[in-house]
Amino acid sequence: MATVEISKEQKPEPAKAPVQSTPKTITLRISRFNPSENTEKKFEEFKIPVQKWTTILEAILYVKQNLDHSIAVRYSCRQASCGSCGMKINGKPRLACYTKISELESNVITIEPMNNFPILRDLAVDFKQLFSTHKKMKPFIVNEESEVQSSTKEFIQTPKDLEKFLQFSYCIKCGLCNSACPTMATDKSFVGPQGLAQAYRYTADNRDQGKKDRLKIVDQSHGIWRCHFAGSCSNVCPKGVDPAMAIQLLRGYLLGFRK
Amino acid sequence: MTERLSNREGIKGMVNPTRYGLERVAYWMQRLSGLGLLAYLIGHIYETSTILNGKGAWNNMLSLTQTPGGHIVLVLVIGMCVFHTGNGIRLMISEGGKGVGKPGQPEYPYRASSLNSKQRLCIWVSIALAALAMMYGAGVLLGD
Repeated sequence: MATVEISKEQKPEPAKAPVQSTPKTITLRISRFNPSENTEKKFEEFKIPVQKWTTILEAILYVKQNLDHSIAVRYSCRQASCGSCGMKINGKPRLACYTKISELESNVITIEPMNNFPILRDLAVDFKQLFSTHKKMKPFIVNEESEVQSSTKEFIQTPKDLEKFLQFSYCIKCGLCNSACPTMATDKSFVGPQGLAQAYRYTADNRDQGKKDRLKIVDQSHGIWRCHFAGSCSNVCPKGVDPAMAIQLLRGYLLGFRK
Repeated sequence: MTERLSNREGIKGMVNPTRYGLERVAYWMQRLSGLGLLAYLIGHIYETSTILNGKGAWNNMLSLTQTPGGHIVLVLVIGMCVFHTGNGIRLMISEGGKGVGKPGQPEYPYRASSLNSKQRLCIWVSIALAALAMMYGAGVLLGD
């Protein structure tokens, strides 16, 4: 069997020891509230060790595993894809799995449930209204000539056509936009940026024929005209959906600037 | 069924101008200046209506408003009026879907196109124009 000799210069260097991050201790202030037992929210403090890569979700799970297992938190994918772990972190709505403790630059992290959603328990909120509004927007292609019939051809869609709505189809329904919206803060009947952005997503799709219906749904007293373009929804969106843009573009249809 | 806490931020959350950048500050200032101008309009209608009660009533009202305090209020009204107009024009154009960027493939770190530099420039120009108008107004009303 042939052997290959490696010269001294070519010999690989011994693997370096992985760079160790110095763990530090931070204080996690977690809001606790059980509607069946409490009348008001209260905060509980936990001191936990964190690394520079520790996320808020990992910190909460550390508390659940080692200090208090009764904390209610909703999470699933841990990679900003499922939209389950939205919460108010140091005063701003963020995804817990997507927010590193080191980026907050604070030794005290306050975690609360997202605003503008009813609290189920502790950090878990009720998404019933968000999902029902989403459904009202007809989040599907409305077209009588269905693709699945053998007699019809497939719908032609150019990359340019796709670009008109693709960004808005990345919505993971995490509810951060609705939580940051100043109108949602005071108007419980407002459709909200999530629903309006989805209305635009399907309206802008050239395969869709449901524009008239959707515009009728959003053109109501607690609909699209309640948005005052504060931009907070787009500021907090973790997927770059930019609901504020979608709302203004959707308004363009209603005002006759777009066709 | 147990009543759940609705957890809405309410007016306190709506008026909080921090946390969400310049656009939220502009939103807050637009609302505040709008309310201020509405209050001024009501006050102004009341002020001018006193003329219906004769010269004496009108002069009494003028003695209340033609004071340094009254002039400071007018300077504030000038500022609110200019900012509300400037920022209002920005909002009217944006709300028709103009100047909010074009939809495209979002790329990390996902900066929203609708919160672009043109929008920010318009907000700063509105603030600067309001400040200039206030300085001019203060010069005319309070100077010499």
